[in-house]
This record gives sequence, structure tokens and C-alpha cells, in this order.
Amino acid sequence: MSNRLNVLKTCKLYIGGKFSRSESEHYFQALDKKQKPLANLCRASRKDLRNAIQAARKAQADWAGRTAYNRGQILYRMAEMMEGRRDQFIAELERAASSKRRAENEVDLAIDRLVHYAGWTDKYPALFSSVNPVASPHFNFSIPEPTGVVGIVAPDDHALAGLVSLIAPVIAGGNSCVVLSSEKLGSIACTLAEVIHSSDVPGGVVNVLTGFRDELVPHLSSHMDVNAVLCAADDPGQKKTIQENAHLNVKRVHFYDGTDWMKEGAQSPYYIMDFQEIKTTWHPVGT
Amino acid sequence: MSEKELTARQNLHFDELWAYDPAPESPDHVKIEEQYNLFIDGKFQEPAGGRYFETINPANETLLSRVARADRSDLDKAVAAARKAYDGVWSKMPAKERGKYIYRIARLLQERAREFAILESMDTGKPIRESRDVDIPIVIAHFFYYAGWADKLKYAFPGVDPRPLGVAGQIIPWNFPLLMAAWKIAPALATGNTVVIKPASSTPLTLLKLGELIRDAGLPAGVVNIVTGPGEIGSAIANHPGIDKIAFTGSTEIGRTIQEASLRTGKKYTLELGGKAANIVFDDAPVEEAVEGIVNGIFFNQGHVCCAGSRLLVQEGVADELVHKLKMRMETLILGDPLDKNTDIGAINSKGQLDSILGYLTDGVESGLQIYQTKCDLPENGFWCPPTLVENVSQAHRIVQEEVFGPVLTIQTFRTPEEAVSLANNTPYGLSGGVWTDKGSKIFKVGKGIRAGVIWANTFNKFDPTSPFGGYKESGMGREGGIHGLLPYLEISQ
Repeated sequence: MSNRLNVLKTCKLYIGGKFSRSESEHYFQALDKKQKPLANLCRASRKDLRNAIQAARKAQADWAGRTAYNRGQILYRMAEMMEGRRDQFIAELERAASSKRRAENEVDLAIDRLVHYAGWTDKYPALFSSVNPVASPHFNFSIPEPTGVVGIVAPDDHALAGLVSLIAPVIAGGNSCVVLSSEKLGSIACTLAEVIHSSDVPGGVVNVLTGFRDELVPHLSSHMDVNAVLCAADDPGQKKTIQENAHLNVKRVHFYDGTDWMKEGAQSPYYIMDFQEIKTTWHPVGT
Repeated sequence: MSEKELTARQNLHFDELWAYDPAPESPDHVKIEEQYNLFIDGKFQEPAGGRYFETINPANETLLSRVARADRSDLDKAVAAARKAYDGVWSKMPAKERGKYIYRIARLLQERAREFAILESMDTGKPIRESRDVDIPIVIAHFFYYAGWADKLKYAFPGVDPRPLGVAGQIIPWNFPLLMAAWKIAPALATGNTVVIKPASSTPLTLLKLGELIRDAGLPAGVVNIVTGPGEIGSAIANHPGIDKIAFTGSTEIGRTIQEASLRTGKKYTLELGGKAANIVFDDAPVEEAVEGIVNGIFFNQGHVCCAGSRLLVQEGVADELVHKLKMRMETLILGDPLDKNTDIGAINSKGQLDSILGYLTDGVESGLQIYQTKCDLPENGFWCPPTLVENVSQAHRIVQEEVFGPVLTIQTFRTPEEAVSLANNTPYGLSGGVWTDKGSKIFKVGKGIRAGVIWANTFNKFDPTSPFGGYKESGMGREGGIHGLLPYLEISQ
């Protein structure tokens, strides 16, 4: 037994590819499963949220413009980075909420899920595109394009597997996102942000906020430059807020509450397609 | 060449040389009842409140018919009939039989196409040339296309088992009444859902006639139900607990309330909302073709088109020539009797819509905008607006940002493709866009840059049942048409 004092990590927000404290300097204390202090997390403010949305908007077009091959490689790189930190994620999950065995299962599944979506980036467009045989002399085709900036409200159960299962299909499809992490397990989201940061994911494509979701969901769901909201948190009040605000700019809304992210089947290209728009192009055929 | 001919050639004064004789389509064999009831459970039924409203011909303001005004209890009855038909008949029927019913509707419509076209023109004010050559043929094609999907759904979406949702509530607009009804009814029936549909209160007649046809086709009672009435009935449909899915086409303003109600009541929904499409002309575009495309883009159906190319963006070098040629071409457009086969521009759909358009123009004049209208005579009765250009506008003007939904085109210039894309995307809408250039790579670059669901390159306002249609951003969500148009009516379990 060493007498060495271990070094604690300061958890920060992840906005536009940078780790920063909340501009408000507000924080809250996260507890571990024994109700002992685990970490001080940033309590993101409305201003932090707006900065994150701005960063996501700025990054989105470039990310969507990357080749599907490149996006796939970057998602695979995320899996590689997670694998390298496998023990760290297991230890953190175990301390925060889980048994060792469950934590191992969850981390393995999260890594494999990233590999799964890494392989979809250059395949889903072929499955969901069409060349349409119109009854006139035109060439006509339809392809999926990303919806834009997606707000993600993460689940509390299986915080890591859930988070990865939500972020991966959204960014695999060329969207950028702003994630409101689980309140209970925000520290896991902070560690995931470090993985993202070291995986060639361009700054701003994934932004991770910790904080009180009741404070942030009203602003996320009413922000006019957020194109879609994905809510996997099982909170009737937050769901209702999203339902009431989405129409302000006709946001796409998907509720994934009740999904067991530990199931093998909780992954498919249809999760990617939930945040895609179909664009149809016509051109005359002639000389 | 005489002096008159010479002047005509230079300035293309077609009217003087080529006056057309009237060629009206006769409405004699179109049977319009004095009064229409609600089509519920396979029968035309009187509304519970016994009240009716009038529908007029907007081209001459004469009364066409009186139509039942449904109230909440009528809607309940229609929803109950649709549910009964879903549970008892439609969801149990072999898919190929379901398909055959839809084929039958398509065939019966083909037999009566002209009658439907004339009635559509009378109720909406749109030129017979359009209702005859565009609306009704695409209506028929839509039923024919989706009929074929009924027994092939398992091939449409890889890895999943699609199932119908139940009762679909559908709310449609007045600009393409029967076409929008077909866009809604055909995929709903093909996927095994039953329907409660509400037409716009100013244009209910062709859908009611389709109700007669559906009854005559022997479709099981309650599979399609038609409720007519004011906007409150649309809102009641969106909130009705017995309805599983909402399909709405109309304004973004109403669309927001529909989305809010659908989310609150947990319904699946699709929205086809407004638009403010840019029609972008580059200096290497074939100018004459572009002029035709611009005219078709904004003056088709008097501009009552959600995907209308209402903002012309023209590259600086070619702007003067293009606008001159556009004005010349506009002078040749014939405005008048919608039933005349020569007519290009029919009547504005309603007094309310005309007032709204004129409001934008008055506002434009007050803001110092330069407004150009063709020199055509407007008929004495009815609602009319000549083809209109608004020049020297900037991106901030209301007439550039908001959907006018009339024959009004704004003109802006740009220098680079990047600037054109940025102007095109600078509205809350994202339904459609046009690109005119001879260079293929430019089409793909600009077409990719425009955030809209439909891109017409070197063409405009083309529609086909195999081709998905729908918006980005505040122009709505979900697609109608094509394989993608099936999904809004299906539950896919993984």
C-alpha cells in the first residue's frame, strides 16, 4: 500500500473542442454509489449552452462535408481510444453506479457500438437513397443529408452505453450535437469528451455539458438554431417542455426513453435516419 | 415588314398580333349537387348541427354549392367509423386485395379525369390547362403508384417488419385540393391505414366527388371518411385521441400548432409547410430556358404553390438581359377565365388570399420597392392579381422573407455561387430550390449547398409520385411520394 496521494481530475465542459469551466463558475457535486463526493461538475449556464450551440453550428457544415470514409475512420478512432481507456471507464462506472461485471459489459458494448456505427457511415446512404423512375424525361434521385445541429438529452441509466448509442448515429450521419449529460453520471460524460477530443473529431462536432437538465432543457428546446432534439431521459417534465417548445422552429423530435441501450438490438441505421433529411434532385435528360 | 410587325418583333407585343379566340371548356356535364353532406362510414350523412357553408367560384364569385359544416360529434363519428374499418376490415384484408381497391380508384378517376379537372378549376380558379394536364394526371398516377406498394411493403425497408399505424387524420390545403388528397390518401391506404380527411373550406368539391367515386368503387365503409368544415375541425383532428397519425399540408403558422398538438397527444405526424424558394440563375445558363423556368416557377397556379420559385437570384452579368426577357415573356401570359384552354393565369383562390397578396404589395410600395406588373386587363368579378415582379429588394424585406403565396416574384442579384447559396438559405424555410447553369459540377455544388428537400436543376415545379417531396427546416418534416413516402404511415419494429 503506497502512501501516495492520488491526483483528482477537474471535470469541465467540452465546447467547441475546448475544455472550459462554466462561464458562471457555478458547480454541483456529484456523488458516487455510496453517496460520497465523487466530483465537482460544472453547472452549465444558458450562456454555456448558447456557446455550445454556436460551436456546433460552426462545425456542422465541415463535418457533413467530410467524406463518409473519413467520418467512419474517425468513429473507429473513437473506439480505439475507448479501448485504450477501458480500465479507466470500468473503474469510473464501478465507483459511480455499477458492479464491476456490469461496468465491464457496458464499456465493451459502448466500444463495439462505436465500431458498429463507424461501419455505417459509407453504407446507410446507399440503403436509403433512391433513383426515382419519374414519368418524364428527367433524371431524379433522392439522398439523405444530415438535419444539422441536434440537441441530445442523455439517459441516466447506463450512462456510458446510452451516451455512445445516442451520439454515434447522430454524428455518423454528419450532424453536430450538443449533449446534456446525465446529472448523476456527468463525470462519465466528461471522460467520454476526452476520448472524443483525442479521436480526430473536429472541435464543435460534439459538445458536452454537465449541469441541471431542468435548467437547460427549456433553452435547448426553444433555441432557434437547434434543428432537432433527441431525448432519452425518462423525465416527464423535460419531455413536456420539449413537446411544448419544438414547434417554435419546427424541430425534429425523437424520444428514446424506455430503450434498453444494453441490448444488442439498440443499434441500427434507422437511428441514423432519424436525423437525416431526404433531398430529391431533378435534372432534364436531353441534349 | 410593316412598322407594326417590326415593333412587335423587337418588343414582342404578342397580344396585338396573336389575339386568341376564347376556347372555354364547357362545365355542362359536370354534375355539382346543390348541397354536399359529410362522407362517413361509406355514406353521405347530414352534419349533426344541420349547418352548411358556401363554396364559390373565385373567378366569378358565383355560388357553386353548399357544404356540410362538421362539428365535434361528426368528427367523433368519422373517427369511430375509421377505427371500425381498420380493426374489422382493412387491417385484416390481404395486402394484394387492398392494392386492387386502390388500383380501382385510379382507373375510375382516369375515366372521369376531365370532369374532375373542370370541377377543380371551377372551385380553385386554376387554369384548366393545369388541372387537366398536371393536377388530375398526377392524382391518378399517385393512386396507381401506391396501389402497387400495398403487397410489397416488406421489401421497402431493410431489416424491419413494417406495420400500419391505424387511423390517419389528414388536413389538406386549397392550392391543389385533389392532388393533396391523393398524396395523403394513396400512401395511407396502401400501407393499411384508414383515413379521416378534411379539405380546405374554400375548395372541398373535388374531394367530395372523390368520396362519391370511392363509394361507387365499393371500398369498404369507413376506410375513407371526409369531414368538411372550418379550421377548428382541423385542430380537432390534430387533438383527437382516436387518431394515430397526422398528415398536414398548409402554412407553417398552422403547422406549428399541429406539431404541438401531435407531440402533446403522442401522434406520429408529417408536415408539409410553407416555402420561399430561391431560383438561382448563373450567367452560363441558357437564358430562354431559364425564363421559361422562372415563369413556371412562380406563375404556375397563380403562385399558390408552397415550393414556388418566389425569389429569383440572378448572377450580375446576365441580370439586365434576363429581367428584360422575363418581362417580355410575362406580357404574353394570358390572364382570365380559368376554364379557357388558352389561359395561363387563373383567379386568386379567395378574397382573403387576394387581400393578403395585395397587402404585401402595398407594403412593398410603401417601402419604396419597384413593382412591375403586366399590362393585362383584369375581369370585373372574381379575384385577380396580374403577374408581378418586385425589384431592388434586399434580403431583409418582408416580401423576401415571408411566403406571399401569389404570382409575385422578387429579384436579387449575386456575384459568386457562395453568395447565391447563402442568400438562398437565408430564410427559415427549406422546401425547394432551383439552379440554372450549363455546368454540371456547379449544379452539384450549389444543389448540395441549398438546404431544401427538392432541388430542380435546369427545370422547376416538376412532380411525380415516384419522387419524394418535402421540406427541411421550417418547411416541414417527412416525405410524400416515392419509397420514402411510405414511412410516415408505418411503424417499423427492429
